[in-house]
Amino acid sequence: MSKLTKTSAAADMEPTEERPTDAPSEFLSVRDLKVHFPTDDGVVKSVDGLSFTLEKGKTLGIVGESGSGKSVTSLSILGLHRVGSNRSRNARISGEVWLDGEELISADAARVRDLRGQKMAMIFQDPLTAMHPFFSVGQQIIEAYRVHHPSASKKEARKRTIEMLDRVGIPQPDRRVDDYPHQFSGGMRQRAMIAMALVNDPSLLIADEPTTALDVTVQAQILDLIRDLQKEFGSAVIIITHDLGVVAELADDILVMYGGRCIERGPSETIFEQPQHPYTWGLLGSMPRLDRERTDRLNPVKGSPPSLINLPSGCAFHPRCPYTDLTEGASQTVVPELREVGSRHLAACHLGKADRERIWTEEIAPKL
Amino acid sequence: MLVYLIRRLVNVAVLLLVVSAITFGIFFMVPKLTGSDPALLYVGKIADKAAVEGIRHKMGLDKSIAEQYFLFLKGLFVGRDYSQGTDVTHCSAPCFGYSFKTEQEVWPLLLDRLPVTLSLASGASVIWLVVGTGTGIVSALRRRSVLDRATMVTALAGVSLPIYFTGLLALSIFVNTLGWLPNNYVNFTDDPVEWARNLILPWITLAFLYAATYARLTRATLLEVLGEDYIRTARAKGLKENKVIGKHALRSTMTPILTVFGLDIGALIGGAVLTEKTFDLRGLGYEAVQAISQSDLPVILGVTLFAAFFVIMANLVVDLLYAVVDPRVRLG
Repeated sequence: MSKLTKTSAAADMEPTEERPTDAPSEFLSVRDLKVHFPTDDGVVKSVDGLSFTLEKGKTLGIVGESGSGKSVTSLSILGLHRVGSNRSRNARISGEVWLDGEELISADAARVRDLRGQKMAMIFQDPLTAMHPFFSVGQQIIEAYRVHHPSASKKEARKRTIEMLDRVGIPQPDRRVDDYPHQFSGGMRQRAMIAMALVNDPSLLIADEPTTALDVTVQAQILDLIRDLQKEFGSAVIIITHDLGVVAELADDILVMYGGRCIERGPSETIFEQPQHPYTWGLLGSMPRLDRERTDRLNPVKGSPPSLINLPSGCAFHPRCPYTDLTEGASQTVVPELREVGSRHLAACHLGKADRERIWTEEIAPKL
Repeated sequence: MLVYLIRRLVNVAVLLLVVSAITFGIFFMVPKLTGSDPALLYVGKIADKAAVEGIRHKMGLDKSIAEQYFLFLKGLFVGRDYSQGTDVTHCSAPCFGYSFKTEQEVWPLLLDRLPVTLSLASGASVIWLVVGTGTGIVSALRRRSVLDRATMVTALAGVSLPIYFTGLLALSIFVNTLGWLPNNYVNFTDDPVEWARNLILPWITLAFLYAATYARLTRATLLEVLGEDYIRTARAKGLKENKVIGKHALRSTMTPILTVFGLDIGALIGGAVLTEKTFDLRGLGYEAVQAISQSDLPVILGVTLFAAFFVIMANLVVDLLYAVVDPRVRLG
């Protein structure tokens, strides 16, 4: 299909005619996503067979340590691995990303670009480096609006920008709109970033570590803001974080990533109350808690994240797992499948159900 | 902004004063320390003692160095008189004194040489800016391509080959062998076409050297900028790639280029010594070489101060442009 017919027919034809028969019914459906980067040392498998779904109005928390593939996942949903000057080293992406009945991995770049910023938007970790230092906050948001509303006048775009700044809680938005990013505080900048992401009313919002670069006092405000805005706009939200505490209250579902794969996924309460994977136990154990005796030490996950070029054989977590011996060697040799371990609850672990329940109730839970 | 401008202009004045004091000190003290006599240089070696003393008094060389410097400054701003008995010579402001060799005033000489150097610098800088940054951008966007590698090898050659090699090569090919181009400077006001035709070789030769540096600088800066988070943000907004590069990336790439350009153009107006010598262009650089070889102190001093003035002014302009480009400078 040529570009010309596509643009002219885009508005009314696409939803009905182009919706393929195998399109999932969910709003967002990621199927067997793989993002591999060929390097001189070998292929870095940043994401290796990830699947999940997300409905409008729901929040998914993707949790994992650095290098687990969570940011790469979000960038590849937005198609940001396909653009740039570094084409020869570009990622090899396979699998399917269905957004509202449209597959994005095989879609042409212009179409994905058109969706970017409009139907799906992203908030980045560090709002200082994520905003251009030479353009005013207003100019940058106005630009974001006008890319997808080419017919809007500058005046309309500015009005919309000021409304958005007001909505995200920036005082005197009609004056601050002309300020530059360096004149904003960290929290204000992140609010402005959120305003920029939401200016086109996206139905999917991805927040990549939205509070990591902020003061602790500001973190809660930003999270509250994201939650309120989600209620208001009814969008689907993915929050990416290394901090289980961030998603504890916000997320409906939690997906735990390790070594580019999902190792546990389920409703938020289930993950906190009955986690089934030793790595998730480790994450929970390394969360500082105010209601715990201060003399107790945190229980960090021992060892370091796996190499994404040479993942450990079998279960990628086995070199760091204290319970490997209980699997009779399976965890060293066989890659565990994601299996249903409860209602809407999946985990990839070789431990038997009885072992898992015994370890959780007797060894882990009492210490948390 | 106005306060900033005034502050900067005061800075420029102070800086020029310091530069003038230092150069004056060097040029008028060195002969004293090494035992050569400026008065003798004026008169020539076969002069009798009375004539030398007369000149020494006329030029004020018998006064203390501080007094001489004060007279020099006075000459710059209000002009000065040189008197020998009843014979008074007035040198109107700005007075840089007289050449030892030609006994001509230095200032008109500098003004006479300036257009040549300005012509050379302006034409060459336009070429190297366009070609240098252009190829740098293309190289960065097509990194690791054949074009990128070819450009960078050419740029390496440009940086490594000295002007007197590329210049002489160009002269011998295009002027002497092929006879395509003339090599006689013509004033722009006399005949713009001939002006350009005569200058095209020195422009290209000089631009080749600078374009190489600019191509490498542009490439490196742009590649760095393209890795910035705000470029990812621009893409995440759904901007087209040409807008991401053209608006967001290039705006940041400009700043270091601007800095280097300010330094280069200032230094070049002070005199592109090798190029002027190679192409026999009688500009400031040519004059400087001439003066140095003849120990013509007033001319050396004049060219040096003139060059310093241009370097400082170019930097001022760059700093002002900085404030236009980067809001953090403007408000901070």
